[in-house]
Amino acid sequence: MKSRNAIFFLVLSLITIVLFLSDLIFGSIKIPLSEVFTVFGGTHDRTLNSEILLNFRLPKAITAVLAGASLSVAGLLMQTLFRNPLADPYILGVSSGASLGVALITMASGILPVMLVNSGWAMIIAAVIGAALILLLVVGVSFHIRNSVSLLIVGIMFGTIAGSVVSVLQNFSNPDAIKLFVMWTFGSLSSVTWTYMQVLLPVSFLGLIMAFLLQKKLDGLLLGENYARGLGISIVKTRFFVVIATGLLAGGITAFTGPIAFVGVAIPHIARGLFKTSSHKILLPVSLLCGASLLLICDIISQIPAYTLPINTISSLFGAPIIVWIILKRK
Amino acid sequence: MPILKTHNLSIGYLRRKQVYVVQKDLNIELKAGELVCLIGPNGAGKSTLLRTLSGLQKSIVGSVVVDSLSIDKLSLSKKALLISLVLTEKVEIDNTTVYDLVAFGRHPYSNLWGSKNDEDEISINEAIQLVHLENKRDSLINELSDGEKQRALIAKALAQDTPIIMLDEPTAHLDLPNRVEIMLLLHRLAHKTDKAILLSTHELDLALQAADKIWLMGNDGLKCGVPEDLVFNGSFNETFESKSYFFNTSNGNFSMNYPMTKQVSVKGDKLRMYWTFRALARAGYEVVESAPVEIRIAEMSWKVADKEFLTVEELLKYLDGAVTQ
Repeated sequence: MKSRNAIFFLVLSLITIVLFLSDLIFGSIKIPLSEVFTVFGGTHDRTLNSEILLNFRLPKAITAVLAGASLSVAGLLMQTLFRNPLADPYILGVSSGASLGVALITMASGILPVMLVNSGWAMIIAAVIGAALILLLVVGVSFHIRNSVSLLIVGIMFGTIAGSVVSVLQNFSNPDAIKLFVMWTFGSLSSVTWTYMQVLLPVSFLGLIMAFLLQKKLDGLLLGENYARGLGISIVKTRFFVVIATGLLAGGITAFTGPIAFVGVAIPHIARGLFKTSSHKILLPVSLLCGASLLLICDIISQIPAYTLPINTISSLFGAPIIVWIILKRK
Repeated sequence: MPILKTHNLSIGYLRRKQVYVVQKDLNIELKAGELVCLIGPNGAGKSTLLRTLSGLQKSIVGSVVVDSLSIDKLSLSKKALLISLVLTEKVEIDNTTVYDLVAFGRHPYSNLWGSKNDEDEISINEAIQLVHLENKRDSLINELSDGEKQRALIAKALAQDTPIIMLDEPTAHLDLPNRVEIMLLLHRLAHKTDKAILLSTHELDLALQAADKIWLMGNDGLKCGVPEDLVFNGSFNETFESKSYFFNTSNGNFSMNYPMTKQVSVKGDKLRMYWTFRALARAGYEVVESAPVEIRIAEMSWKVADKEFLTVEELLKYLDGAVTQ
């Protein structure tokens, strides 16, 4: 069993690497693999291809890996915390908070200074503040609630409120502003430049490290809260860290790429199905790799048509059938 | 020296900032190597007491002392080394074997990564052996029967290797053979492993047979003692006082109080007599020394006057017409 898992894991890692390289190669211009290596070797002239590779495709591929990994791990955290197979990283209202922030920037910009709105950071900062605000509310509430299911409902309610405010804003906005907002909700991996990467990378890493440090406690949560407490696990503390880690992972990614659906809910199930386990020691790294692979595949597919398709639609087209498959398999 | 002790403990719960006390002034002791059964009618506070003693819930007044330390001062991880729990909550984890489930018991001992060492392996396998699940070691827990699952959860508590094990209604939802099996198992474990085992149950007759001590919880307080002593001093009848049934001290069961309005007399063989009495009681007949209608019990039948009946049904049908109030 252990050696089988090791082989699976190795294969999965190789697949991820191959997909990463493919994502660099394919696109509107095909760049041969040999050229990819020369560019990374450092001994190259500044050509159009090297520019595309270094400043467009490489950050985009890294973003795909980060987003896939973060959202899958965040999804796993939420599914374990709420013991609900359909929980996803956004269930606590993180993405609704982020979209509220972005909606305010894009649609209510009349009340904000022009320089703020026009800077590239504006949307990101707005999204971060929106996500963080909802998250803080949820964390605050989590200290007063014994039952995790109530927390789930509170999260959904906050999300609904944020969503309604966005609708109100849309109602009063001009079509251009709405289009700008809608474009954001489509999600995009290519908007993360190296400058943004300096923020996204550490945030995602911090979230992932937190998740890995929590693995033993997450296993304990599977038994239910009272059993977990009987094993010496503090529910309130664990819940706090799980919510923070999820906030960093899902909030960070959403702020930079917009919401990306279905990766978070589908991947943990694929990981469980592949490795036939509920142990987070295995599920965390496997979800991470599967999530990265799935988003790399989505990114490669989205480049095939002449006009690049939004990543959120591709991941949904992929993800929804998987969910149906899971439900049918569960009987 | 008791492993667990309470001092003037009041248990209850807080709701809307108001305190509801369920039981007060409890002074009880739990000793190593003892199986204690907590019995009482619904709503007497059995679960509340278990939750308070295990530290899942705070006491209202008074203290619970475990291993000479107050439970309120113990950290969660310290508590996990002293008390292990088997609860009524359902445990349903996909892709998890009996071994994996029992391994959860080693959580309080393992490091941040939860890796298992040789000592953990030994404990886990020992616990599985103690509950006789060796042949199900690699079976998925979702494929076990209810009885096996309960045994696996007991093994998890054993692997936790604590001096105290508390079980909340471990025999609920099980059929009779499994209920007997679990009780016997717990009795044996308490004596063999020298652990203090406390369980709440509704199985009065099983508890009377298996328990070293009984904690009898009524609406008027808690009575502790060896089962037989509680029978003799009438505690059972006090705790379960009711118009519709009574605690039958001759067999340790509850018997129903039927309204008896008609009289018959019965003579004959002992064993058949017992069952005849039961049927008569149910039909509302009081058995007296002498009555106009006398039932004589023969080897294979019942005789009343010159008539013979082969089944109880026929007998009762006849009596219905023959005996008046």
